[in-house]
Amino acid sequence: MTLLLQFIFSGLTTGSVYALVGIGFNIVYNSTSIINLAQGEFVVIGGLMMWFFFVGLKLPFLVSFTLTLAVAGLVGFLMERLTIRPLIKKGDLLLMIMVTIAVSILIRGLLMFKFGKDPYTYPPFTVGEPIVFLGAVISQQTLWVIGITCICIAILYLFFNKTMTGRAMKACSLDIKAARLMGINVSQIVMLSFIISAVIGAVGGIAITPISLMEYDKGAMLSVKGFCAAIMGGLGRGRGAVVGGFTLGILESLTAGYIHSGLKDAVALFIMLFILFLRPAGIFGRSEIMRLRKF
Amino acid sequence: MLVIRNLDVYYDKLYTLKKVSLHVKQGEIVTLIGSNGAGKTTLLNAISGLIRPAGGSILFNDEEILGKTPESIVKMGISQVPEGRLIFKTLTVEENLLLGAYSYYSIKRKREVKEEMEKIYKLLPVLKHRKKQLAGTLSGGEQQMLAIGRALMAKPKLLLLDEPSMGLAPTVIHEIFKYIVELKNLFRLTVLLVEQNARSALKISNRGYVIETGRIINEGSAEDLLLNRDIQRAYLGRDLDSEVKI
Repeated sequence: MTLLLQFIFSGLTTGSVYALVGIGFNIVYNSTSIINLAQGEFVVIGGLMMWFFFVGLKLPFLVSFTLTLAVAGLVGFLMERLTIRPLIKKGDLLLMIMVTIAVSILIRGLLMFKFGKDPYTYPPFTVGEPIVFLGAVISQQTLWVIGITCICIAILYLFFNKTMTGRAMKACSLDIKAARLMGINVSQIVMLSFIISAVIGAVGGIAITPISLMEYDKGAMLSVKGFCAAIMGGLGRGRGAVVGGFTLGILESLTAGYIHSGLKDAVALFIMLFILFLRPAGIFGRSEIMRLRKF
Repeated sequence: MLVIRNLDVYYDKLYTLKKVSLHVKQGEIVTLIGSNGAGKTTLLNAISGLIRPAGGSILFNDEEILGKTPESIVKMGISQVPEGRLIFKTLTVEENLLLGAYSYYSIKRKREVKEEMEKIYKLLPVLKHRKKQLAGTLSGGEQQMLAIGRALMAKPKLLLLDEPSMGLAPTVIHEIFKYIVELKNLFRLTVLLVEQNARSALKISNRGYVIETGRIINEGSAEDLLLNRDIQRAYLGRDLDSEVKI
Protein backbone atom coordinates (compact mmCIF):
# COMPACT_ATOMS: atom_id res chain seq x y z
CA MET A 1 0.00 0.00 0.00
CA THR A 2 2.76 2.40 1.00
CA LEU A 3 4.73 1.39 -2.04
CA LEU A 4 1.73 1.89 -4.31
CA LEU A 5 1.18 5.38 -2.92
CA GLN A 6 4.85 6.13 -3.42
CA PHE A 7 4.67 5.06 -7.07
CA ILE A 8 1.51 7.05 -7.63
CA PHE A 9 3.13 10.22 -6.34
CA SER A 10 6.19 9.79 -8.49
CA GLY A 11 3.85 9.09 -11.42
CA LEU A 12 1.93 12.29 -10.73
CA THR A 13 5.19 14.22 -10.79
CA THR A 14 6.32 13.06 -14.22
CA GLY A 15 2.69 13.06 -15.33
CA SER A 16 2.49 16.78 -14.52
CA VAL A 17 5.14 17.57 -17.10
CA TYR A 18 3.47 15.32 -19.68
CA ALA A 19 0.20 17.09 -18.99
CA LEU A 20 1.77 20.53 -19.47
CA VAL A 21 3.41 19.45 -22.73
CA GLY A 22 0.12 17.88 -23.81
CA ILE A 23 -1.78 21.10 -23.09
CA GLY A 24 0.80 22.93 -25.18
CA PHE A 25 0.12 20.56 -28.07
CA ASN A 26 -3.61 21.18 -27.75
CA ILE A 27 -3.34 24.95 -27.68
CA VAL A 28 -1.29 25.08 -30.88
CA TYR A 29 -3.36 22.34 -32.50
CA ASN A 30 -6.61 24.15 -31.78
CA SER A 31 -5.56 27.38 -33.40
CA THR A 32 -3.67 25.96 -36.38
CA SER A 33 -4.31 22.17 -36.74
CA ILE A 34 -0.53 21.76 -36.50
CA ILE A 35 1.20 19.27 -34.22
CA ASN A 36 4.11 21.29 -32.88
CA LEU A 37 6.77 18.64 -32.37
CA ALA A 38 9.14 21.17 -30.84
CA GLN A 39 6.87 21.28 -27.80
CA GLY A 40 9.22 19.18 -25.64
CA GLU A 41 12.14 21.52 -26.36
CA PHE A 42 10.35 24.27 -24.45
CA VAL A 43 10.56 22.13 -21.31
CA VAL A 44 14.30 21.75 -21.82
CA ILE A 45 14.66 25.47 -22.47
CA GLY A 46 12.81 26.05 -19.19
CA GLY A 47 15.11 23.81 -17.16
CA LEU A 48 18.40 24.89 -18.72
CA MET A 49 17.70 28.62 -18.88
CA MET A 50 16.58 28.50 -15.26
CA TRP A 51 19.93 26.94 -14.38
CA PHE A 52 21.68 29.60 -16.43
CA PHE A 53 19.98 32.52 -14.67
CA PHE A 54 19.67 31.00 -11.19
CA VAL A 55 22.96 29.12 -10.79
CA GLY A 56 25.06 30.50 -13.64
CA LEU A 57 24.30 34.20 -13.18
CA LYS A 58 23.22 33.86 -9.51
CA LEU A 59 20.13 35.98 -10.00
CA PRO A 60 17.33 35.84 -7.40
CA PHE A 61 14.84 33.02 -7.81
CA LEU A 62 11.83 35.03 -8.96
CA VAL A 63 13.89 37.11 -11.39
CA SER A 64 15.35 33.95 -12.94
CA PHE A 65 11.89 32.42 -13.11
CA THR A 66 10.45 35.42 -14.94
CA LEU A 67 13.44 35.73 -17.28
CA THR A 68 13.23 32.04 -18.15
CA LEU A 69 9.56 32.32 -19.05
CA ALA A 70 10.36 35.42 -21.11
CA VAL A 71 13.08 33.56 -23.02
CA ALA A 72 10.75 30.64 -23.70
CA GLY A 73 7.99 32.99 -24.82
CA LEU A 74 10.43 34.74 -27.11
CA VAL A 75 11.51 31.43 -28.66
CA GLY A 76 7.84 30.53 -29.22
CA PHE A 77 7.24 33.95 -30.77
CA LEU A 78 10.24 33.72 -33.10
CA MET A 79 9.34 30.19 -34.08
CA GLU A 80 5.85 31.27 -35.12
CA ARG A 81 6.93 34.44 -36.93
CA LEU A 82 9.87 32.90 -38.78
CA THR A 83 8.65 29.42 -39.65
CA ILE A 84 4.88 29.08 -39.33
CA ARG A 85 3.63 32.47 -40.53
CA PRO A 86 5.29 32.34 -43.96
CA LEU A 87 3.85 28.86 -44.56
CA ILE A 88 0.39 29.03 -43.05
CA LYS A 89 -1.19 30.73 -46.10
CA LYS A 90 -0.29 27.73 -48.24
CA GLY A 91 -2.14 25.51 -45.81
CA ASP A 92 0.19 22.54 -46.16
CA LEU A 93 -0.08 21.03 -42.70
CA LEU A 94 2.40 18.21 -43.26
CA LEU A 95 5.03 20.69 -44.38
CA MET A 96 4.50 22.80 -41.28
CA ILE A 97 4.73 19.78 -38.99
CA MET A 98 8.03 18.87 -40.63
CA VAL A 99 9.22 22.41 -40.08
CA THR A 100 8.47 22.04 -36.36
CA ILE A 101 10.74 18.98 -36.32
CA ALA A 102 13.45 21.06 -37.95
CA VAL A 103 12.99 23.74 -35.32
CA SER A 104 13.27 21.16 -32.55
CA ILE A 105 16.55 19.87 -33.97
CA LEU A 106 17.81 23.43 -34.28
CA ILE A 107 16.90 24.25 -30.67
CA ARG A 108 18.55 21.04 -29.46
CA GLY A 109 21.71 21.92 -31.38
CA LEU A 110 21.85 25.41 -29.96
CA LEU A 111 21.30 24.11 -26.44
CA MET A 112 24.10 21.56 -26.83
CA PHE A 113 26.35 24.29 -28.15
CA LYS A 114 25.69 26.43 -25.11
CA PHE A 115 25.30 23.87 -22.33
CA GLY A 116 27.16 20.79 -23.52
CA LYS A 117 25.94 17.27 -22.98
CA ASP A 118 25.99 17.16 -19.17
CA PRO A 119 22.81 17.03 -17.13
CA TYR A 120 22.06 20.14 -15.08
CA THR A 121 20.19 20.67 -11.85
CA TYR A 122 19.66 23.27 -9.18
CA PRO A 123 18.40 23.12 -5.59
CA PRO A 124 14.68 22.53 -4.97
CA PHE A 125 12.42 25.59 -4.55
CA THR A 126 12.13 25.08 -0.80
CA VAL A 127 14.45 23.17 1.49
CA GLY A 128 12.99 21.09 4.25
CA GLU A 129 12.06 17.66 5.45
CA PRO A 130 10.06 15.52 3.04
CA ILE A 131 6.45 14.94 4.04
CA VAL A 132 5.38 11.46 5.12
CA PHE A 133 1.85 10.66 4.02
CA LEU A 134 0.48 7.20 4.95
CA GLY A 135 4.02 5.91 4.90
CA ALA A 136 4.91 7.32 1.49
CA VAL A 137 7.71 9.85 1.43
CA ILE A 138 6.94 12.90 -0.66
CA SER A 139 9.63 15.49 -1.27
CA GLN A 140 8.59 19.12 -1.17
CA GLN A 141 9.61 19.61 -4.78
CA THR A 142 7.10 16.93 -5.79
CA LEU A 143 4.38 19.02 -4.21
CA TRP A 144 5.73 22.08 -6.03
CA VAL A 145 5.54 20.32 -9.38
CA ILE A 146 2.01 19.08 -8.85
CA GLY A 147 0.92 22.40 -7.35
CA ILE A 148 2.39 24.50 -10.15
CA THR A 149 0.75 22.26 -12.72
CA CYS A 150 -2.61 22.70 -11.00
CA ILE A 151 -2.09 26.48 -10.91
CA CYS A 152 -1.24 26.49 -14.64
CA ILE A 153 -4.38 24.52 -15.41
CA ALA A 154 -6.50 26.88 -13.31
CA ILE A 155 -5.01 29.97 -14.98
CA LEU A 156 -5.56 28.50 -18.43
CA TYR A 157 -9.15 27.61 -17.50
CA LEU A 158 -9.83 31.19 -16.41
CA PHE A 159 -8.06 32.54 -19.48
CA PHE A 160 -10.11 30.49 -21.92
CA ASN A 161 -13.45 30.99 -20.19
CA LYS A 162 -13.33 34.46 -18.68
CA THR A 163 -11.26 36.64 -20.99
CA MET A 164 -12.12 37.90 -24.43
CA THR A 165 -8.74 36.89 -25.86
CA GLY A 166 -9.22 33.35 -24.54
CA ARG A 167 -12.67 33.16 -26.04
CA ALA A 168 -11.28 34.45 -29.32
CA MET A 169 -8.73 31.62 -29.27
CA LYS A 170 -11.51 29.10 -28.77
CA ALA A 171 -13.47 30.74 -31.56
CA CYS A 172 -10.52 30.36 -33.94
CA SER A 173 -10.27 26.69 -33.09
CA LEU A 174 -13.97 26.20 -33.86
CA ASP A 175 -14.44 28.15 -37.07
CA ILE A 176 -11.82 30.35 -38.69
CA LYS A 177 -14.18 32.05 -41.12
CA ALA A 178 -16.66 32.99 -38.41
CA ALA A 179 -13.80 34.14 -36.18
CA ARG A 180 -12.53 36.47 -38.89
CA LEU A 181 -16.02 37.85 -39.43
CA MET A 182 -16.12 38.74 -35.71
CA GLY A 183 -13.05 40.90 -36.32
CA ILE A 184 -10.61 38.50 -34.70
CA ASN A 185 -7.08 38.76 -36.06
CA VAL A 186 -6.33 35.09 -36.59
CA SER A 187 -2.63 35.61 -37.23
CA GLN A 188 -2.22 37.24 -33.81
CA ILE A 189 -4.10 34.40 -32.17
CA VAL A 190 -1.78 31.84 -33.76
CA MET A 191 1.22 33.78 -32.49
CA LEU A 192 -0.28 33.94 -29.02
CA SER A 193 -0.93 30.19 -29.01
CA PHE A 194 2.75 29.52 -29.69
CA ILE A 195 3.84 31.89 -26.94
CA ILE A 196 1.45 30.40 -24.38
CA SER A 197 2.39 26.81 -25.22
CA ALA A 198 6.10 27.70 -24.97
CA VAL A 199 5.64 29.36 -21.60
CA ILE A 200 3.69 26.52 -19.99
CA GLY A 201 6.21 24.02 -21.32
CA ALA A 202 8.98 26.07 -19.71
CA VAL A 203 7.08 26.19 -16.41
CA GLY A 204 7.06 22.39 -16.39
CA GLY A 205 10.79 22.32 -17.13
CA ILE A 206 11.61 24.74 -14.33
CA ALA A 207 9.63 22.74 -11.79
CA ILE A 208 10.85 19.26 -12.72
CA THR A 209 14.59 19.92 -13.13
CA PRO A 210 15.49 19.70 -9.41
CA ILE A 211 13.94 16.20 -9.35
CA SER A 212 14.83 14.59 -12.64
CA LEU A 213 17.74 16.74 -13.95
CA MET A 214 17.74 18.29 -17.40
CA GLU A 215 19.99 17.75 -20.37
CA TYR A 216 19.92 19.16 -23.89
CA ASP A 217 18.32 16.15 -25.63
CA LYS A 218 15.43 15.38 -23.29
CA GLY A 219 12.99 17.28 -25.49
CA ALA A 220 12.33 14.62 -28.10
CA MET A 221 11.14 12.03 -25.59
CA LEU A 222 9.06 14.65 -23.78
CA SER A 223 7.43 15.60 -27.07
CA VAL A 224 6.50 11.98 -27.68
CA LYS A 225 5.12 11.52 -24.17
CA GLY A 226 3.27 14.81 -24.20
CA PHE A 227 1.79 13.97 -27.56
CA CYS A 228 0.68 10.60 -26.18
CA ALA A 229 -0.95 12.40 -23.27
CA ALA A 230 -2.76 14.71 -25.67
CA ILE A 231 -4.09 12.00 -27.99
CA MET A 232 -4.91 9.68 -25.12
CA GLY A 233 -7.19 12.34 -23.66
CA GLY A 234 -8.49 13.39 -27.06
CA LEU A 235 -6.49 15.79 -29.21
CA GLY A 236 -7.64 19.36 -28.76
CA ARG A 237 -9.45 18.78 -25.48
CA GLY A 238 -7.93 20.73 -22.58
CA ARG A 239 -8.87 18.41 -19.73
CA GLY A 240 -8.03 15.44 -21.96
CA ALA A 241 -4.34 16.31 -21.90
CA VAL A 242 -4.42 16.67 -18.11
CA VAL A 243 -6.04 13.29 -17.53
CA GLY A 244 -3.92 11.71 -20.27
CA GLY A 245 -0.70 13.13 -18.83
CA PHE A 246 -1.35 11.97 -15.28
CA THR A 247 -2.52 8.54 -16.47
CA LEU A 248 0.60 8.09 -18.57
CA GLY A 249 2.84 9.20 -15.71
CA ILE A 250 1.24 6.84 -13.20
CA LEU A 251 1.30 3.91 -15.65
CA GLU A 252 4.99 4.50 -16.22
CA SER A 253 5.88 4.66 -12.59
CA LEU A 254 3.81 1.57 -11.74
CA THR A 255 5.52 -0.39 -14.51
CA ALA A 256 8.92 0.78 -13.40
CA GLY A 257 8.14 -0.11 -9.81
CA TYR A 258 6.36 -3.44 -10.14
CA ILE A 259 7.76 -4.89 -13.35
CA HIS A 260 11.03 -3.41 -14.55
CA SER A 261 12.22 0.11 -15.12
CA GLY A 262 13.50 -0.80 -18.57
CA LEU A 263 9.96 -1.63 -19.61
CA LYS A 264 8.32 1.53 -18.38
CA ASP A 265 8.08 3.28 -21.74
CA ALA A 266 7.00 0.14 -23.54
CA VAL A 267 4.23 -0.82 -21.14
CA ALA A 268 2.92 2.71 -20.81
CA LEU A 269 2.79 3.17 -24.58
CA PHE A 270 1.22 -0.27 -24.97
CA ILE A 271 -1.59 0.64 -22.61
CA MET A 272 -2.00 3.91 -24.46
CA LEU A 273 -2.45 1.98 -27.71
CA PHE A 274 -4.96 -0.25 -25.96
CA ILE A 275 -7.00 2.76 -24.85
CA LEU A 276 -6.90 4.16 -28.37
CA PHE A 277 -8.11 0.84 -29.78
CA LEU A 278 -11.16 1.06 -27.55
CA ARG A 279 -11.70 4.77 -27.96
CA PRO A 280 -9.94 6.00 -31.10
CA ALA A 281 -10.89 9.62 -30.41
CA GLY A 282 -9.31 9.51 -26.95
CA ILE A 283 -10.95 9.48 -23.53
CA PHE A 284 -12.71 12.82 -23.95
CA GLY A 285 -12.60 13.08 -27.74
CA ARG A 286 -15.68 12.87 -29.90
CA SER A 287 -15.64 10.56 -32.86
CA GLU A 288 -17.66 13.01 -35.00
CA ILE A 289 -14.94 15.59 -34.57
CA MET A 290 -12.32 12.94 -35.43
CA ARG A 291 -13.87 12.32 -38.79
CA LEU A 292 -14.01 15.98 -39.72
CA ARG A 293 -10.47 17.02 -38.98
CA LYS A 294 -7.45 16.86 -41.18
CA PHE A 295 -5.07 15.31 -38.66
CA MET B 1 -23.88 53.87 -48.39
CA LEU B 2 -22.31 50.95 -50.22
CA VAL B 3 -21.21 51.38 -53.80
CA ILE B 4 -19.58 48.54 -55.71
CA ARG B 5 -18.11 49.23 -59.13
CA ASN B 6 -16.80 46.77 -61.71
CA LEU B 7 -15.81 44.17 -59.15
CA ASP B 8 -13.82 41.24 -60.55
CA VAL B 9 -13.05 38.13 -58.53
CA TYR B 10 -11.01 35.28 -59.89
CA TYR B 11 -10.21 31.87 -58.48
CA ASP B 12 -7.04 31.11 -60.39
CA LYS B 13 -8.08 31.85 -63.97
CA LEU B 14 -11.77 31.19 -63.50
CA TYR B 15 -13.89 34.23 -62.77
CA THR B 16 -16.65 34.04 -60.19
CA LEU B 17 -17.60 37.70 -60.39
CA LYS B 18 -17.21 39.77 -63.51
CA LYS B 19 -17.70 43.55 -63.58
CA VAL B 20 -20.29 43.47 -60.82
CA SER B 21 -21.70 46.87 -59.90
CA LEU B 22 -24.37 47.53 -57.33
CA HIS B 23 -25.25 50.03 -54.67
CA VAL B 24 -27.16 50.03 -51.39
CA LYS B 25 -28.61 53.27 -50.02
CA GLN B 26 -28.86 54.15 -46.36
CA GLY B 27 -31.84 52.44 -44.70
CA GLU B 28 -32.63 50.13 -47.60
CA ILE B 29 -33.07 46.39 -47.71
CA VAL B 30 -31.54 45.17 -50.95
CA THR B 31 -31.81 41.57 -52.08
CA LEU B 32 -29.44 39.74 -54.32
CA ILE B 33 -31.07 36.68 -55.85
CA GLY B 34 -29.45 34.00 -57.91
CA SER B 35 -29.03 30.27 -58.13
CA ASN B 36 -26.30 28.09 -56.64
CA GLY B 37 -22.82 29.05 -57.73
CA ALA B 38 -23.84 32.40 -59.18
CA GLY B 39 -21.36 34.23 -56.98
CA LYS B 40 -23.61 35.59 -54.24
CA THR B 41 -21.52 34.37 -51.32
CA THR B 42 -18.33 35.39 -53.12
CA LEU B 43 -19.66 38.93 -53.36
CA LEU B 44 -20.41 39.11 -49.64
CA ASN B 45 -17.02 37.64 -48.76
CA ALA B 46 -15.35 40.23 -50.97
CA ILE B 47 -17.20 43.00 -49.13
CA SER B 48 -16.16 41.52 -45.76
CA GLY B 49 -12.55 41.35 -46.90
CA LEU B 50 -12.29 37.57 -46.66
CA ILE B 51 -11.19 37.28 -50.29
CA ARG B 52 -9.14 39.63 -52.44
CA PRO B 53 -10.87 40.80 -55.62
CA ALA B 54 -8.73 41.21 -58.73
CA GLY B 55 -10.13 44.60 -59.63
CA GLY B 56 -12.88 47.14 -59.15
CA SER B 57 -13.80 49.18 -56.11
CA ILE B 58 -16.00 48.89 -53.04
CA LEU B 59 -16.87 52.19 -51.39
CA PHE B 60 -18.46 52.24 -47.95
CA ASN B 61 -19.59 55.73 -46.94
CA ASP B 62 -17.27 57.07 -49.66
CA GLU B 63 -14.27 55.22 -48.28
CA GLU B 64 -12.48 52.53 -50.28
CA ILE B 65 -12.57 49.26 -48.32
CA LEU B 66 -11.06 47.04 -50.99
CA GLY B 67 -7.82 45.54 -49.66
CA LYS B 68 -8.65 46.27 -46.02
CA THR B 69 -8.47 43.43 -43.49
CA PRO B 70 -11.67 41.77 -42.26
CA GLU B 71 -10.93 43.19 -38.78
CA SER B 72 -10.94 46.79 -39.92
CA ILE B 73 -14.01 46.26 -42.10
CA VAL B 74 -15.94 44.95 -39.07
CA LYS B 75 -14.72 47.98 -37.11
CA MET B 76 -16.02 50.31 -39.84
CA GLY B 77 -19.49 48.88 -39.35
CA ILE B 78 -20.04 46.04 -41.80
CA SER B 79 -21.12 42.75 -40.20
CA GLN B 80 -21.82 39.54 -42.00
CA VAL B 81 -24.11 36.68 -41.00
CA PRO B 82 -22.38 33.92 -42.95
CA GLU B 83 -23.94 31.16 -44.97
CA GLY B 84 -24.73 28.16 -42.81
CA ARG B 85 -24.73 30.45 -39.75
CA LEU B 86 -21.30 29.27 -38.52
CA ILE B 87 -22.12 29.82 -34.88
CA PHE B 88 -19.57 28.52 -32.37
CA LYS B 89 -21.42 25.33 -31.51
CA THR B 90 -19.49 24.22 -28.45
CA LEU B 91 -19.60 27.65 -26.82
CA THR B 92 -22.60 28.95 -24.90
CA VAL B 93 -25.13 31.31 -26.44
CA GLU B 94 -23.80 34.11 -24.26
CA GLU B 95 -20.18 33.50 -25.30
CA ASN B 96 -21.26 33.58 -28.95
CA LEU B 97 -22.86 36.97 -28.44
CA LEU B 98 -19.85 38.27 -26.53
CA LEU B 99 -17.55 37.26 -29.37
CA GLY B 100 -19.73 39.32 -31.67
CA ALA B 101 -18.56 42.39 -29.76
CA TYR B 102 -14.89 41.39 -30.07
CA SER B 103 -14.07 44.22 -32.49
CA TYR B 104 -14.63 46.98 -29.93
CA TYR B 105 -14.42 45.07 -26.65
CA SER B 106 -12.18 46.43 -23.92
CA ILE B 107 -12.45 46.51 -20.14
CA LYS B 108 -13.53 50.15 -20.31
CA ARG B 109 -16.35 49.42 -22.72
CA LYS B 110 -17.64 46.36 -20.86
CA ARG B 111 -20.84 48.20 -19.92
CA GLU B 112 -21.52 49.08 -23.51
CA VAL B 113 -21.25 45.42 -24.48
CA LYS B 114 -23.61 44.49 -21.64
CA GLU B 115 -26.18 47.06 -22.78
CA GLU B 116 -25.95 45.87 -26.36
CA MET B 117 -26.51 42.31 -25.19
CA GLU B 118 -29.58 43.32 -23.16
CA LYS B 119 -31.00 45.04 -26.25
CA ILE B 120 -30.62 41.85 -28.24
CA TYR B 121 -32.01 39.69 -25.45
CA LYS B 122 -35.07 41.94 -25.30
CA LEU B 123 -35.71 41.46 -28.98
CA LEU B 124 -34.89 37.80 -29.15
CA PRO B 125 -36.05 36.46 -25.78
CA VAL B 126 -35.36 32.87 -26.86
CA LEU B 127 -31.67 33.64 -26.65
CA LYS B 128 -32.03 35.01 -23.13
CA HIS B 129 -33.76 31.86 -21.92
CA ARG B 130 -30.99 29.75 -23.38
CA LYS B 131 -27.99 31.93 -22.68
CA LYS B 132 -26.11 29.28 -20.69
CA GLN B 133 -26.90 26.53 -23.19
CA LEU B 134 -24.39 25.34 -25.79
CA ALA B 135 -25.17 27.01 -29.10
CA GLY B 136 -25.10 23.69 -30.96
CA THR B 137 -28.12 22.48 -28.99
CA LEU B 138 -30.41 25.22 -30.32
CA SER B 139 -32.93 24.55 -33.09
CA GLY B 140 -32.14 25.72 -36.61
CA GLY B 141 -34.25 28.86 -36.34
CA GLU B 142 -32.78 29.74 -32.96
CA GLN B 143 -29.27 29.22 -34.33
CA GLN B 144 -30.06 31.63 -37.16
CA MET B 145 -31.32 34.20 -34.68
CA LEU B 146 -28.17 33.71 -32.62
CA ALA B 147 -26.04 34.25 -35.72
CA ILE B 148 -27.93 37.47 -36.47
CA GLY B 149 -27.71 38.57 -32.84
CA ARG B 150 -23.98 37.87 -32.83
CA ALA B 151 -23.51 40.01 -35.94
CA LEU B 152 -25.56 42.83 -34.36
CA MET B 153 -23.31 42.79 -31.28
CA ALA B 154 -20.64 44.41 -33.45
CA LYS B 155 -22.93 47.48 -33.81
CA PRO B 156 -22.98 47.39 -37.59
CA LYS B 157 -24.37 50.05 -39.88
CA LEU B 158 -24.58 47.62 -42.78
CA LEU B 159 -25.66 44.04 -42.21
CA LEU B 160 -24.84 41.39 -44.81
CA LEU B 161 -27.11 38.36 -44.58
CA ASP B 162 -26.14 35.22 -46.46
CA GLU B 163 -29.07 32.86 -46.99
CA PRO B 164 -30.77 33.27 -43.62
CA SER B 165 -33.54 30.86 -44.70
CA MET B 166 -31.21 27.98 -45.50
CA GLY B 167 -32.35 24.67 -44.06
CA LEU B 168 -35.28 26.09 -42.11
CA ALA B 169 -38.96 25.13 -42.06
CA PRO B 170 -41.29 27.52 -43.99
CA THR B 171 -42.98 28.84 -40.83
CA VAL B 172 -39.59 29.53 -39.26
CA ILE B 173 -38.42 31.26 -42.44
CA HIS B 174 -41.43 33.56 -42.22
CA GLU B 175 -40.53 34.40 -38.64
CA ILE B 176 -36.87 35.07 -39.47
CA PHE B 177 -37.81 37.51 -42.24
CA LYS B 178 -40.21 39.24 -39.86
CA TYR B 179 -37.37 39.63 -37.36
CA ILE B 180 -35.04 40.99 -40.02
CA VAL B 181 -37.44 43.84 -40.75
CA GLU B 182 -37.98 44.50 -37.03
CA LEU B 183 -34.26 44.53 -36.27
CA LYS B 184 -33.57 46.74 -39.25
CA ASN B 185 -35.99 49.39 -38.01
CA LEU B 186 -34.85 49.14 -34.40
CA PHE B 187 -31.11 49.28 -35.01
CA ARG B 188 -31.42 51.65 -38.01
CA LEU B 189 -29.64 49.18 -40.21
CA THR B 190 -29.05 48.94 -43.88
CA VAL B 191 -29.34 45.35 -45.12
CA LEU B 192 -27.88 43.52 -48.06
CA LEU B 193 -29.62 40.17 -48.28
CA VAL B 194 -28.56 37.20 -50.36
CA GLU B 195 -31.26 34.62 -50.94
CA GLN B 196 -32.38 31.66 -52.97
CA ASN B 197 -35.81 31.97 -51.42
CA ALA B 198 -36.48 34.88 -53.75
CA ARG B 199 -40.13 35.54 -53.05
CA SER B 200 -39.90 35.95 -49.27
CA ALA B 201 -36.75 38.02 -49.64
CA LEU B 202 -38.15 40.38 -52.28
CA LYS B 203 -41.32 40.88 -50.24
CA ILE B 204 -39.40 42.62 -47.47
CA SER B 205 -36.96 44.43 -49.78
CA ASN B 206 -36.90 47.82 -51.39
CA ARG B 207 -34.83 46.81 -54.38
CA GLY B 208 -33.26 43.72 -55.83
CA TYR B 209 -30.50 42.50 -58.13
CA VAL B 210 -30.39 39.24 -60.04
CA ILE B 211 -27.01 37.60 -60.43
CA GLU B 212 -26.22 34.80 -62.86
CA THR B 213 -22.83 33.17 -63.39
CA GLY B 214 -20.99 36.10 -61.89
CA ARG B 215 -22.79 38.94 -63.64
CA ILE B 216 -25.68 41.14 -62.61
CA ILE B 217 -28.34 40.47 -65.25
CA ASN B 218 -31.27 42.40 -63.87
CA GLU B 219 -32.07 45.01 -61.27
CA GLY B 220 -35.04 47.00 -60.16
CA SER B 221 -37.51 47.67 -57.39
CA ALA B 222 -38.70 44.64 -55.49
CA GLU B 223 -42.23 44.92 -56.92
CA ASP B 224 -40.95 45.03 -60.48
CA LEU B 225 -38.78 42.00 -59.96
CA LEU B 226 -41.62 40.06 -58.34
CA LEU B 227 -43.76 40.74 -61.42
CA ASN B 228 -41.04 40.14 -64.02
CA ARG B 229 -41.88 37.09 -66.09
CA ASP B 230 -38.35 35.81 -66.59
CA ILE B 231 -37.62 36.08 -62.93
CA GLN B 232 -40.86 34.43 -61.99
CA ARG B 233 -39.95 31.53 -64.21
CA ALA B 234 -36.35 31.19 -63.09
CA TYR B 235 -36.54 31.97 -59.38
CA LEU B 236 -40.13 32.10 -58.18
CA GLY B 237 -41.25 28.74 -59.55
CA ARG B 238 -44.09 30.14 -61.61
CA ASP B 239 -44.52 30.05 -65.37
CA LEU B 240 -47.25 32.40 -66.56
CA ASP B 241 -47.03 31.24 -70.18
CA SER B 242 -47.91 27.67 -69.35
CA GLU B 243 -50.60 28.53 -66.82
CA VAL B 244 -54.13 27.99 -68.03
CA LYS B 245 -56.45 30.96 -67.65
CA ILE B 246 -59.66 30.11 -65.90
